[in-house]
Amino acid sequence: MKSLHELPACVVSRKIKEQEITAEEYISTIIERIRQVDHKINSFISNNFESALSKSRTIDKKIKEGLNTGLLAGIPVGIKDNISVQGLKNTCASRMLSEYIPPYNATVVSKIEAQDGIVIGKLNMDEFGMGTTSEYSAFGPVRNPWNLGYVAGGSSGGSAASVASLQIPLSLGSDTGGSIRCPSSFCSVIGIKPTYGSVSRNGLISYSNSLEQIGPIARTIYDLVTLLNVISGVDPKDNTTLPKNYEYKTDHVDHILKKKYKIGVLNDLIDDSETEVAENTRKKVKQLKDRGCEMEDTRIPLSNYALASYYVIATAEASSNLSRFDNLRYGYQGSPEGYEWNSYFSESRSKFGDEVKLRILLGSYVLSAGYFGKYYAKAQKLRSMIKREFDILFNKYDILLLPTMPVLPFRLGEKTLQPIENYNLDVYTILANLAGIPAISIPGGLSKEGFPIGVQLIANAFGEQKLIDVAVLLENIEGFETWIPKI
Amino acid sequence: MDSKDMNNRMKMGPELKIGLEIHCQLTNLQTKLFCDCLSNYRNSPPNENTCPICLGLPGTLPLLNKRAVEFASMICMAFNCSIPEKISFYRKNYFYPDLPKNYQTTQYNSYELSSIGYEGFIEFVGESKSKPDASWERSERNNIRITRVQLEEDPGKITYDEDKSAANNYSLIDYNRAGVSLVEIVTEPDFSSPIAVRTFLNEIVNLFEYLGVTDPSLEGSVRCDVNVSIGGGKKVEIKNISSFKEVEKSIYYETTRQKTLIMHDIDVRPETRHWDEKRKVTVAARSKEEEEEYRYFPEPDIPKIILGNKFVSRVRTSMPELPLERLKRYIEVCKITEHTAKILVNDKRISDFFEESLSCYNSPIEISNWIVNELLTKINEKDRQGLTNHNVRGLDILSVSPSQVAEIAKLVEVKSLNRTIAREIFDKSLDSGTSPLKIIDNLEIEKISDEGPIIKIIQDILKSQPQLIEQSRSNPNVINYVLGLIMKETKGRVNPQIALNLIKESLEDN
Repeated sequence: MKSLHELPACVVSRKIKEQEITAEEYISTIIERIRQVDHKINSFISNNFESALSKSRTIDKKIKEGLNTGLLAGIPVGIKDNISVQGLKNTCASRMLSEYIPPYNATVVSKIEAQDGIVIGKLNMDEFGMGTTSEYSAFGPVRNPWNLGYVAGGSSGGSAASVASLQIPLSLGSDTGGSIRCPSSFCSVIGIKPTYGSVSRNGLISYSNSLEQIGPIARTIYDLVTLLNVISGVDPKDNTTLPKNYEYKTDHVDHILKKKYKIGVLNDLIDDSETEVAENTRKKVKQLKDRGCEMEDTRIPLSNYALASYYVIATAEASSNLSRFDNLRYGYQGSPEGYEWNSYFSESRSKFGDEVKLRILLGSYVLSAGYFGKYYAKAQKLRSMIKREFDILFNKYDILLLPTMPVLPFRLGEKTLQPIENYNLDVYTILANLAGIPAISIPGGLSKEGFPIGVQLIANAFGEQKLIDVAVLLENIEGFETWIPKI
Repeated sequence: MDSKDMNNRMKMGPELKIGLEIHCQLTNLQTKLFCDCLSNYRNSPPNENTCPICLGLPGTLPLLNKRAVEFASMICMAFNCSIPEKISFYRKNYFYPDLPKNYQTTQYNSYELSSIGYEGFIEFVGESKSKPDASWERSERNNIRITRVQLEEDPGKITYDEDKSAANNYSLIDYNRAGVSLVEIVTEPDFSSPIAVRTFLNEIVNLFEYLGVTDPSLEGSVRCDVNVSIGGGKKVEIKNISSFKEVEKSIYYETTRQKTLIMHDIDVRPETRHWDEKRKVTVAARSKEEEEEYRYFPEPDIPKIILGNKFVSRVRTSMPELPLERLKRYIEVCKITEHTAKILVNDKRISDFFEESLSCYNSPIEISNWIVNELLTKINEKDRQGLTNHNVRGLDILSVSPSQVAEIAKLVEVKSLNRTIAREIFDKSLDSGTSPLKIIDNLEIEKISDEGPIIKIIQDILKSQPQLIEQSRSNPNVINYVLGLIMKETKGRVNPQIALNLIKESLEDN
C-alpha cells in the first residue's frame, strides 16, 4: 500500500473529508517526509510547520462538527519564496530580503487558505526569479531529485523539486519566461503558466510584470486543475486581471477525444533540440495522432527574435521593479544610520547577487534616453508581431506542441559561467510569456540515463481547458504520475 | 548675435520669458491615487497614513483611483486642453529616499501621447482693477498656452534638522503624503512679467476651487516651479518655492541675476536653481547637462485607460459653473456692473458667499455692494496686517454669515434704514457676530413703517388731547404738531411720510 505522502492531493483530501484519516496525521506525515528528504534537495527556504499543524487541527475540528470545508481541505501547498505569505519571511532567495516579512497575504495565498489549503513552507528559487537552473539562490542551489548532481531547472526549482520528490503534492511557482515549465520539465511534474490576467499577481514580488504569472505545479493533472481553479479569477487588487469564466474541468477521455483537437507541431523547434528530447517529443506526437488528434506541422517564423525581445523587456522592467530595494524600509539587518543616503543606497544594493546586478544593468541600459527606441520600443514591437503570429496560428490550430526545454537537465555549475548559453535555454518557453497565452509542461518520458523530458503545449488566451484536456489524454496514455525518482 | 545687436536689445529691454510648472494636489479626493489611504494626510502622525501599496512594499500593485482621472480631466477641460482617447502611466526612475519605490508613477509624452490633457490655453476673468497694469497686456492675459496636464503621485516628505542638508546628521522621512494625487500643469513660456505670473496663479487657484478638486488653503496643496529666460537665452528653472508671493520675488531676483550676467558678457547656463527663501536668492542646484537619466517606460501594472467620448461628455456635464460662466451670469442676469462682478467672481469663496446671501434675500445689486464695498474692505485691511496665510485671501478671518449681509441689505431696501446707521450696525454685526436685526431690536433704531403701531400712537395722542381734532379743521399746522409728538414718542423712528398720511386720515375720520 502506498504511503500517504505518495498519494495525489485529490485522493487524500477525500480521505480527510470522509474521516478515513485526519488532516493532522497527513500534515505530520508530510512534515516528516520533508525532514527526511529536503536536506538532499534543498527545495525549502523556510517552513511553516507549527502553524500548518495547528491549521490542520482546525480543519479536523470543522469536519468533525459537520461543517463545510474547502476544495483543498487539509492539503499542504508549498509557496515559491517570491509570493507573500503574511508573517513568513519572503526572501526571493536574496540576501537583500533576508529579513523581510510581508504584513499581508498575496491574493493567491488568501484564496488557498479560504479553501482550507495549508501553507507548508516557502520554496527555493533563483534570486528574484532570474535564472533557469535555481543555482542563483543565496540559500544554495536546488538539486534535481532524479540526480542530485544535476540542476532542477528554474527559476521555480524548489516548487518543482519538492513536488517531484514526494515532499508535497502541490506548489505554486511563478513563470516569467519559463520559470514554472522549465523545472517541471527537468523534474517530471506538470506545471502550467496561465493566461496573463487570469491569476492575480498581487503579492508576487515583481521581476517582469508584463510577462509573469503565478501558476500551480503538481504530479497529476487532477491535482493541478484543483489548484488552478482555486487561484484563478479577477482580483480588485490587480488591475491587470480580467473577469472570465475560470471553471476548468478534467473531462473523461472519451469526451475529450470527441473534441477532435487540431494540434500544430512546431517541427523546426523539435529538430533544434537535443536528440533524445526530439525523439521523445515525436513519440508524443505519434501517441496523440494514434488517439485521433489531428496533427500538422507548422512553425512560428519570428521565434528567432523572441529571445532578444524577451530579455530587453524583462530586464527593463526588472531594473525598475528592483529599484525599491534599498533597505531603508525593509530588507536585511542593517540600518541607514550614520550614512549619507547615496552611499547607503550603493552599500545596500551591493547585496544583490551577480546575475541580478547583470540584469539590472542591462535593463537600465536599454531604457536610457538614447537607447529607448533602439531597444525597448523595438522589443515591444516584436512582441506584438509575435502575438499576431500566434493569433494567426490559433485560427488554424487549437493547440501548439513543442518541447518545453531544448536540452536534458545538466550538471550543477555546468552553465553558470555562460550567461548567453543560459539565456538560450529559455527560447521555447518565453514565447507564451511574450504573447500572454497559457502553456503547460507535461512529463513526456525519461532519457536513457533516466532524466525527465517535458512536452509543452500552448493554447490561445484563456484556452487553458484545451491544455488540460490534452494533459488528461497524455496522463492516461502513459500514467506518468507513477514515474517517481528514487531518493 | 554681435555686440551691437546685443546693445540694441538691451536698450529695448531684453525679452523676458517665463513658464510655469504647477503642481496641484487633488485634496478633495477621498483616497490616494493608487490605494485606499486618505488623501488628507495632514492630521496623521508620521507614517501612519500609509499601507503596503503606498509604502511600495514588494508585491503590491497600484490600483488606479478612477475619481482622480475624472478630477484631472475636469482640470483639463477648464484649461481647454484636448483629452486623448487613451491615457497611460509611465515610471520615472530615480533614487530618492522620499520615493518608496524609487520611481514615481507619472505620465510622459515623449514616446506616445500618454497624459490626460495636452495643448490647452486659458482665458482669464482678468484683474478687477479699473486700471490694468501696463505690462500685463490684454492679449497676454487672455491666452496662456498650456503644454500638458498630467496625473501623478506625490512623493513623501523629508524633514531636516538644519536648512543645509550637508549640515545634518540625519533626516526624517514621512510617507503620509506618498501617493497623494497630484496634477502637474505645464505652461508654455508665455508670461513676460512677474506680476502677470502672480495674477495668473491667483486666478488658477480660484479655478481649482471652482472645480472643487482642491482646497488651496491647505499648506502645500498648490505649488509652483518657474523657468526664466532672457532675450531668447538659456532657460533656468527655479524650484523649491513655498508660496506665490515668493514666486514673484524669485522671478525678480532671477531676472536681475541673468541681466547682470548678460551685461558682463557671461553666458547664462541652463540649470536648475533653488529658491533660498531666507536670503531671497536663487542658488545653483545642478546643471542641466548632467541632468539625471529618468529611464521612463510604460507602467506595466496599470493597463491603458480608454476614456472615449462618453467619458468626456459625462465629466463635462458634471462640471460646476466656472468663473467665466458665472461672470456672464452676474452681468447679464443679475445686472451687476462688470467691475463688481469681477471682484466677486475672482474669489470663489466670496462669490459663493454672495450666492448664499442671495438665497436669503434676492437683491443682487444691493447685496453685491455690501460685499464689495464693506466686507472686502475689511478683509483687505486684515490682509495687510498679515492675518491671512497661504495662497488664499480669507473670508474665514471674519466671522460673518451670508444671512447677516442679506439682513442688512433688506433693512436698507425694504425698511428704508438710513445708510449711515446701516453701516454702523453692519460694523457692530461684524465685530460681535450677532445678526443686524437683533442689534436693531436692541438699539430700537429701526424705522417704524408698519401702519399699525403708528395708528395706535396717533389714537393715543388724540385720546389725551381731543381738542386737536377740532383745531385741525382750521389749523393745518396741527398735523405737524402731531407728527412732532409721534417723533418724540418713538425717538424719531417712524417713517415721516407714512406717519403724515396716517395723521391726516385719523383727523378726517374723527
